[in-house]
Amino acid sequence: MYRSNVLVCGGTGCTSSSSGEIIKALEKEIKARGLENEVEVVKTGCFGLCALGPIMIVYPEGSFYSMVKVEDIPEIVEEHLLKGRIVKRLLYQETVDGDNIKSLNETPFYAKQRRTALRNCGVINPEKIDEYIAMDGYKALAKALTEMTPEQVIEEIKASGLRGRGGGGFPTGVKWSFAAAQPKGQKYVCCNADEGDPGAFMDRSILEGDPHTVLEAMAIAGYAIGSNQGYIYVRAEYPIAVERLQIAIDQAHEYGLLGENIFGTDFSFDVQLRLGAGAFVCGEETALMTSIEGNRGEPRPRPPFPAVKGLFGKPTILNNVETYANICQIILNGAEWFSSMGTEKSKGTKVFALGGKINHTGLVEVPMGTTLREIVEEIGGGVPGGKKFKAAQTGGPSGGCIPAEHLDIPIDYDNLISIGSMMGSGGLIVMDETTCMVDIAKFFLEFTVDESCGKCTPCRIGTKRLLEMLEKITEGNATMEDIDKMEELCYYIKENALCGLGQTAPNPVLSTLHFFRDEYIAHVKDKKCPAGVCKSLLQYSIDPDKCRGCTACARVCPNGAISGKVKEPHAIDTAKCIKCGACMEKCKFGAISKG
Amino acid sequence: MLKNISTIPFNGTEQQRTKLMEVIESHKDDPGAIMPVLQQAQEIYGYLPKEVQIMIAEGLNVPVEEVYGVSTFYSQFSLTPKGKYNISVCLGTACYVKGAGKLIDEITDRLGIGPEECTEDGKFSLTACRCIGACGLAPVLTVNDEVYGRLEPEDIPEILAKYN
Repeated sequence: MYRSNVLVCGGTGCTSSSSGEIIKALEKEIKARGLENEVEVVKTGCFGLCALGPIMIVYPEGSFYSMVKVEDIPEIVEEHLLKGRIVKRLLYQETVDGDNIKSLNETPFYAKQRRTALRNCGVINPEKIDEYIAMDGYKALAKALTEMTPEQVIEEIKASGLRGRGGGGFPTGVKWSFAAAQPKGQKYVCCNADEGDPGAFMDRSILEGDPHTVLEAMAIAGYAIGSNQGYIYVRAEYPIAVERLQIAIDQAHEYGLLGENIFGTDFSFDVQLRLGAGAFVCGEETALMTSIEGNRGEPRPRPPFPAVKGLFGKPTILNNVETYANICQIILNGAEWFSSMGTEKSKGTKVFALGGKINHTGLVEVPMGTTLREIVEEIGGGVPGGKKFKAAQTGGPSGGCIPAEHLDIPIDYDNLISIGSMMGSGGLIVMDETTCMVDIAKFFLEFTVDESCGKCTPCRIGTKRLLEMLEKITEGNATMEDIDKMEELCYYIKENALCGLGQTAPNPVLSTLHFFRDEYIAHVKDKKCPAGVCKSLLQYSIDPDKCRGCTACARVCPNGAISGKVKEPHAIDTAKCIKCGACMEKCKFGAISKG
Repeated sequence: MLKNISTIPFNGTEQQRTKLMEVIESHKDDPGAIMPVLQQAQEIYGYLPKEVQIMIAEGLNVPVEEVYGVSTFYSQFSLTPKGKYNISVCLGTACYVKGAGKLIDEITDRLGIGPEECTEDGKFSLTACRCIGACGLAPVLTVNDEVYGRLEPEDIPEILAKYN
């Protein structure tokens, strides 16, 4: 037993800000003071508050140190771990209340969260199976195998109302029942860990922080549908997740929790890893399976659905990481417990990766039905720098932008679709007034054009044409007729593309057109970009009343576009201006504006 | 996705060839061997020039077209050599709205290379990558395995200077 435990986040975000070095420094300082038998350093998964990384929590006090630097370690070890005096100045300031220290759960970031899928992330050491077992790990599998029939497992999942967390929201239990209904024989359980939505990192955090929960849930799924083999298709760009998954698989084998005759029953199950090589379309189920088979990850038409004919032509179920992360809790606590959270048609919780122009970037898990306003303003701490909130983007390249007037909508699958976005895997990017919505639509279209596999024409050529139209708008060469044509093309692509990638590719355009049409019109009619992003439409000018003639701008201009005498107002030659913005940054008098 | 194809002459060594042949031999009978072989070939050569792809096709007894099909499909496979220091700028949504595009412009201005290009002395290459998952530190770039976060374009010269 240790008297103190120091938990340091070893997720990708904190690792990128040197949490590895912090662990080393901690161990060194602890040893130097002879505390190695009293204080344990634990490398955990993600705590969620990535904006303040690297993060460290000391128990039993629960002191939450944020943005820790290697230089701070001797002080923390000496003062806190040796002398028992918390180093207040290094604490997350939201937890400091005068002389008192508040619990983390009372801070705005954590108060409204309900960590279910993330329950073990930041709590256990993901590389030690014993810690997972101590948190009721593999108890759900034991219960399923020894107390429940496969049919009962499926009924429980159905009754819970759990829907696929990858984006589509298909009821998980129903999916399982389709595969279970197929004749006995080889079947497969797959896990989609190819989190390709740029700006989303929920699945990565679960894999890094709690890999065993995914393995356990896959085994339960295997029992339910009658499969003995699972595959996890994981992004090669997630090296930490890959490493921890492999460690988890090896440990589970060693403990007999994977392999032959699990818990002495006649159920056997094994899991293999397959590394993706970077293709967004491989998040689509049929494409993912083609890729596991070693080919170009192109989708194929459905039916037949994977539950009938999937991987290697056999009945297969494919679920997302976060979906699996809910399974064990449902088996242990019952369907009723799970369905008590959420809205009528969307049960449970959802993890969101909060990013972009928001104070608390990080990972949050809230009950379905929480409003966007609660997430953005309360949990996320609002938009930094006194800027105005403009939109929240959900669903990545398949989703849409939600404007301020819809901030009070309770988030669930159906509500998001009704306002032209979608749940997606849970990326939630906040944009402020300096983000141009046409530019954002263009950004996502560049992504889909790049990632379109090329198999079907509506997607391959349609998205390219769509992108060209958007470029025309951002360059100021479009007419109002182009906007109508663009809208028409969007619907054509949606109706005719083969797979989910193409069918949802126009969503970013359609939703911005719907909510921010005035911005499109400003680009087309006034040849202006209201957010000041689209370079071709920018005009820099100097206000002669504010200019003092200090010549700073003229000296910094790389193209000699600014002229004027000392102590007299300067002027910009727009024909020469390359719109780099250097003059505006240099001006001390706020005399230069763009628009 | 659209890929640049290198015009730099191929100069693989005999040692690399032997290694590649061993990899091919060990995967020869696996179904779906192309992906793992390409992944390992890229580790051996640093990129996948057409000469290497032809060797793989011949070794696995599949048409070159099939190998080329897979190598050009996945973004992980590079058909151009990487510099000694590969600068990878994240263009995930979170980084993009926080100005990752400006980081790329700054690097291009300073090094004279665009994404998927390599400086003539082979020192730096530039790639635009998808989300590396460090969205809390946006915008982010990596130089080989080193991560730099919460960046402004003004930070670029200092970072580049570290590798000069």
